[in-house]
Amino acid sequence: MTIQQHNHHPMDNNKSGSTSLLASGDIAVIGGGVVGCAVARRMALEGASVVLIEKAADILEGASKGNSAILHTGFDAPVGSLEWECVQKGYHEYLEIRERFNLPLLKTGALVAAWTEEQQAKFTDIMKKGNDNGIADLHLLSRSEVLDLEPNLAKSILAAIHIPREYVIDPWSTPLAYLQQALENGGQAFFNAEVTGGDFDGSHWLLNTSRGQVKARHIVNCAGLYGDIVDHNVLGHSDFTIKPRKGQFVVFDMAASQLLNSVILPVPTSRTKGIVLFPTIFGNVAVGPTAEDQEGRDDASVDRDNLEALRAQAIEKVPALANIPVTATYAGIRPASGEREYQVIDYPDRNWITLGGIRSTGLTSSLGLAQHVQQLLLQQGIQFNAIVNPAIPQVPNLAEHLPRDYETPGYGEIVCHCEMVTEREIKAVMEGPIPAGSLVGLKRRTRATMGRCQGFYCSARLAELTKGKFAEPLGVGDADD
Amino acid sequence: MTDPFKHESCDVAIIGAGPAGLSAATTLKQAGVESVLVLERETEAGGIPRHCAHPPYGIREYKRVLTGPTYAQKLIETAHNVGVQIALKNTVIKLEAGGVLTIASPEGLKKLTAKRVLLATGIRETPRSARLVSGDRALGICNTGTLQSMFYLKNMVPFRRPIVVGTEIVSFSALSTCKKAGIQPVAMLEENHRPTIRWPIHYAARVFGVPLFLNTHITKILGKERVHAVQAMDKNETVREIACDGVLFTGQFTPESALARISHLELDDETSSPVVDQFGRCSDPVYYAAGNVLQHRPDSDNSAAVPLYYTSDNLPQPVDVAGKCWDEGRITAQWIANDLNGNLPS
Repeated sequence: MTIQQHNHHPMDNNKSGSTSLLASGDIAVIGGGVVGCAVARRMALEGASVVLIEKAADILEGASKGNSAILHTGFDAPVGSLEWECVQKGYHEYLEIRERFNLPLLKTGALVAAWTEEQQAKFTDIMKKGNDNGIADLHLLSRSEVLDLEPNLAKSILAAIHIPREYVIDPWSTPLAYLQQALENGGQAFFNAEVTGGDFDGSHWLLNTSRGQVKARHIVNCAGLYGDIVDHNVLGHSDFTIKPRKGQFVVFDMAASQLLNSVILPVPTSRTKGIVLFPTIFGNVAVGPTAEDQEGRDDASVDRDNLEALRAQAIEKVPALANIPVTATYAGIRPASGEREYQVIDYPDRNWITLGGIRSTGLTSSLGLAQHVQQLLLQQGIQFNAIVNPAIPQVPNLAEHLPRDYETPGYGEIVCHCEMVTEREIKAVMEGPIPAGSLVGLKRRTRATMGRCQGFYCSARLAELTKGKFAEPLGVGDADD
Repeated sequence: MTDPFKHESCDVAIIGAGPAGLSAATTLKQAGVESVLVLERETEAGGIPRHCAHPPYGIREYKRVLTGPTYAQKLIETAHNVGVQIALKNTVIKLEAGGVLTIASPEGLKKLTAKRVLLATGIRETPRSARLVSGDRALGICNTGTLQSMFYLKNMVPFRRPIVVGTEIVSFSALSTCKKAGIQPVAMLEENHRPTIRWPIHYAARVFGVPLFLNTHITKILGKERVHAVQAMDKNETVREIACDGVLFTGQFTPESALARISHLELDDETSSPVVDQFGRCSDPVYYAAGNVLQHRPDSDNSAAVPLYYTSDNLPQPVDVAGKCWDEGRITAQWIANDLNGNLPS
């Protein structure tokens, strides 16, 4: 395993650029989102020496930061599309491997809910598409059957399609587990390393990054929101353009989890899957995302009007949510491309594969996309000696429905009371193989400050526990500085 | 002294070792109740006064003017002196009928059955998220409680030049903390046309050297990693950008009633407080509530739902000062003691 902790530390960030060699390997993966982490894992398991390079100080700082964390069956994916294929493969591989990694699964099922006759009229098409996509267990539920399953839904519901095998997973521990496995099986990861250009000599690439050069035979561009820019800067052109689409979410207090069992999907429109009401793996209920086209690739701001509209929509569907406080708000940015299909582009003569435009379904499809990359390389006769008994890292459980760290004695103290995060968990993460480099990184790895008080009670203790560890610390300094 | 966890039962369990919980515990012991256990999730008892290092505390209780930490220390000493047990790092995670509590502690999960339980879990400010404030989610955004615990307990500061939002009593406490910590707020914003409190706040703001803007609210927080400015709109809908390195959201107190919310106890949807009768008894009469976790609507249509200590000349405030919580804890403890003796009307 070769992640040098000091390399990860933001204080060592060398933004001035360098022509010294930072790393070399068979495959360089650009981007530490869920897709990059999954590709790094797959190729490391295949026996390639993998170098993952990420421009931010941590994984999941772009599109993978905020999503709805649903493990999709692909029932509504475009029939015969690569997206459908990768969602299917990713779905099955996740279920196959997750227990070995200690990754959770919340078996929620999903309901496509019709509140108007117009929506209900689309059920035939949705059912047909689902069946064409190989999802055999879709079935129609009458109004009373829906209400039996979800007694807190507004009584005005007309009917629903039940998709029993749509599930909810942990959106942050999952990619972390993928990258950790890549690292434990010979991979390397470099943070604060932004790709600025590169040269291909016919057999090897020499990528220029803000921390030095990376030499590799093959490149997989998983740069998400910046995928087209990386193609443009290194290949000289891009076959697609990222059109960022922001999605805001509102998270309700944990008390809401008693009100909802299933993921409630709307009848989709041509543009978006629409606003979803869903249980989270952390024991909350959330509503979102909005679909707001914007120029900015890093503008994940929230706004009151949209948040209020989301909250109102959630209450319309589950009226009892009116009495549940809002715990948190967040936004993610999907790397939409204006195309319905993923922009997976293989440039075999340049040893370059771009995985672009991976929008809403990326968390599920990432393992499938990784398999697809391996297949593309195999078709070009590129294969490695697969690792026979690969190391499998265990990630800490953050799921609310499974035993948490505080239930095992010896945790020191509970630091974050709202989310019941222990001192032991925080210390483990700060010293872990891919340590948190920021408060949000810590939040994604432990749930600390994610809860209803948003740090009212625990920020002081967290500031103390993380002092000197983050480039942007919680405390700007000592009072008497 | 008996170890309540060993016997897995006690006469009265009090959740929260702040002013209300500690004064109730002390009063119960003084009234002759044998085993009184205070469960506190923090590593220290004392509650919010621990990190309010400014006077005046203790006038009602000790006839002296004390700072918050000194006051907290006196409350703890007084409770210890009469034989109250305080279990630190003990987080109650579940309330069940019949006074059965599930507790997380570093020694493991445990159950405790109490004849009576007092909820004294206090109150906290509303964070930015629940206020649905627009903008980036950057570092440097916090409540007064965070500022004060960071400064008074850890000698750290979350910002140097924040915007202060709100004009409640606590907002002044925040200005005072800022001054002590060498923090220079760039402005104080109040969305209404007059300050929440009736003090000469303009004068006070001037004393602290902080300009006060009424009819002004934040429309957007700006900053990728850390806050660098806010956009604020005044009553003429003019939006101006104010450079700052943080936003301090003060007040808008909300009861820390999450535990009750996920329990069998009835909650008042409007105040988020447990519903209580005139003796502070919850919908399950084994449970009581006192202190700031109990909020009251002044316009409540149900007069029976107000504890007797509230009178027309003693109206509840949005957040009661420690002395009042102490008083409420004391009075409620008397009712609990009477209840245990069979002397409380059902």
